[in-house]
Amino acid sequence: MISQGIASSLTVEISFWVISISTILSAIAVVQIKDLFRASLFLILTFLGVAGLFILLGAEFLAGIQLMIYVGAISVLIIFAILMTREIEISNQSHYMRILVSMVALGFMLLAISLITSTDWNLIDSRSFPQNQTDEIIATVQNSIPTLSKMLLTEYVLAFEMVGVLLLAAVLGALALVREKK
Amino acid sequence: MTIIHFQFLSAILFSLGLYGVLARRSAVLILMSIELMLNAVNINLIGFVAFRGFGQEIQTFGQVLIIFVITIAAAELALAIAIILRIYRNKNSVNVDEMNILKG
Repeated sequence: MISQGIASSLTVEISFWVISISTILSAIAVVQIKDLFRASLFLILTFLGVAGLFILLGAEFLAGIQLMIYVGAISVLIIFAILMTREIEISNQSHYMRILVSMVALGFMLLAISLITSTDWNLIDSRSFPQNQTDEIIATVQNSIPTLSKMLLTEYVLAFEMVGVLLLAAVLGALALVREKK
Repeated sequence: MTIIHFQFLSAILFSLGLYGVLARRSAVLILMSIELMLNAVNINLIGFVAFRGFGQEIQTFGQVLIIFVITIAAAELALAIAIILRIYRNKNSVNVDEMNILKG
């Protein structure tokens, strides 16, 4: 099985549990803490945890992207937004609504978990993974950056350019939105 | 560390983001919760790709998808924060309960 190939050592296992538990705890802090600034700091911790998971699964380039865009850019943007719209969150929401909302979220989580546990993952595994080819897959996992760049600039170059145009349009739109009209 | 662990982690993070979107009233915190949900989707995707992606092509395709998701999330966040700043300048509040200009 490929999972044994990726996660054979104890170190990887321990770091997976540490990273995932700290990610979940900081995500809980994000949605629970009243102070928006502290919540944004915990959001940065969550992003760091996701970057660690990317590294664990052999996607180093994605981890770098995650660090640069989420930890570097998006969190700064969010902190700026919090500082510019400084306002203490009023918690006059009724108790009934909060219980209802947490019931909805909990129900969604239980539904997802029941779907995950009821799916037979081994069936998919044996169908798509001949046992003798797992070593090759692990080898490609370890060095994915050259293939990634080749793919991004040949096969998916149209989507790549369109995403660039989309980013340009978003930046121009954001500038036009916040500009003071004389 | 199997695919199921990553599915569980993704489901928990997504539900936390859903709770944040529904329960909190500050527009900035709703944006942060949306980012949480997008990260949960990325975890799900990278878990599938690493454990069930057969061959180099599919593995790399999953990473390409995640790059596009991250890029579009960044664009969305920039626009949304511009809109929030605009609303704050007009109404002096980012409380989503008070954003009812379009109500008939």
